[in-house]
Amino acid sequence: MAKRIRVLMAKPGLDGHETGAKLIARVLRDAGMEVIYTGMRQSPEMIVAAAIDEDVDVIGLSTLSGSHKEHASRVIDLLKQKGADNIVVLSGGVIPKEDYAALQSLGVKGVFGPGTSTRVIIDFIKSSVVSNN
Amino acid sequence: MELVDRMLSGSRQALAQLISQVESDLPQAAEIMKDIHPHIHSTYTIGITGPPGAGKSTVVDKLTAQLRQDGKRVGIIAVDPTSPFSQGAFLGDRIRMQQHYLDDGVYIRSMATRGSLGGLPTSTWRVIKIMDAFGFDIILVETVGVGQVEVDIAEAADTTIVILVPEAGDTIQTMKAGLLEIADILVVNKADREGADHLATQLQGMLRMNEDKASWKTPVLLTQAAHNIGIDQLYRRFQEHHRFLHDSGRFAQRHSEQRRAEFIGTIELGVKAQIKEMLEKQGDLKNYMEAVEKGELDPYSAAMQVHLAIRNKLTK
Repeated sequence: MAKRIRVLMAKPGLDGHETGAKLIARVLRDAGMEVIYTGMRQSPEMIVAAAIDEDVDVIGLSTLSGSHKEHASRVIDLLKQKGADNIVVLSGGVIPKEDYAALQSLGVKGVFGPGTSTRVIIDFIKSSVVSNN
Repeated sequence: MELVDRMLSGSRQALAQLISQVESDLPQAAEIMKDIHPHIHSTYTIGITGPPGAGKSTVVDKLTAQLRQDGKRVGIIAVDPTSPFSQGAFLGDRIRMQQHYLDDGVYIRSMATRGSLGGLPTSTWRVIKIMDAFGFDIILVETVGVGQVEVDIAEAADTTIVILVPEAGDTIQTMKAGLLEIADILVVNKADREGADHLATQLQGMLRMNEDKASWKTPVLLTQAAHNIGIDQLYRRFQEHHRFLHDSGRFAQRHSEQRRAEFIGTIELGVKAQIKEMLEKQGDLKNYMEAVEKGELDPYSAAMQVHLAIRNKLTK
């Protein structure tokens, strides 16, 4: 039995809209992945603790209220601190295009805004995980 | 094994990675289980099951809070079904246990059934044992109870708690006996809803019909888990059942039976794999397969001939 790809979908900060995150979670499930949904109002500490305990390959951070850089930065720092920086961090939600480069230089491997084809996200995750293992 | 040593010295990351490895049924799993064995101290497992929407995750959350107050370290396994079509799963139970996310004394692991027919992943026992070796006093296993799932959870758990909601009252007569039979404790949750007392009375009546003097008398409790009502009662009943199992010797007996089942199950898996390998090397299997698929040979004669070939090979 091949190892399944495990993804943590998290909404850091004070966003109240989880429709998008849940949609992506279902899309990834339908693509054969095991998706752990941790809910809203997660602190970076909670996200990293869950990611390590659940031994996920990918963390998907979904934000709509502008705090994407701060949260991505904190999550990535914590992952490094805990020796878990092989976990791929992705960003999604409402993120201004001009912030994509900044996110990537922080260590976010991919940014997927509204309208991104779900096929693109699925393929990206599958190839990121393969190259990690 | 290095990962096992790291886990034993307290690394949660190592614990999480070990669990992933034994989930995968890889040959490593056997090595890991060998290394773990001397460190198992027979942790206690509570199974929580019931139809979807009954409030199982909330009960797990509140029960964990009580256990933590008692100084117990808790491991939680939250099971959700794997889609038979996509092989993927949406694992959303831990969302109800947020108060424990940053507590070092609680570990939550979401697991998908991965094709297991009984509702519990086949690797559940391995995961429970690893959590035991890590140092958890109590393991809570939460799973959806519909269909034949009941059997698996009752085998895995020392105390099985079945959670129903008042709306189940209408269908109680037609409800599968399984859920009632496996319950060590029956809970009617969301008891503020209409029909709660009626359901509780019906359940008590049905249980009385199956009473056996020497064994445990399954209590029926009313709770409103979301408001933390009735949880302390549930906790006390669990403690009573825990004492009952130990005092009556059933705890030891159950675990002896479990080890036996795990031994035989693992032998069977190995035998299946070996035979499959033998057949594939044989080459004849392909011919039989084609004949059977085309309808030229009936499956039963074909199987008998294959069995004979295997027996001959083994007795050579």
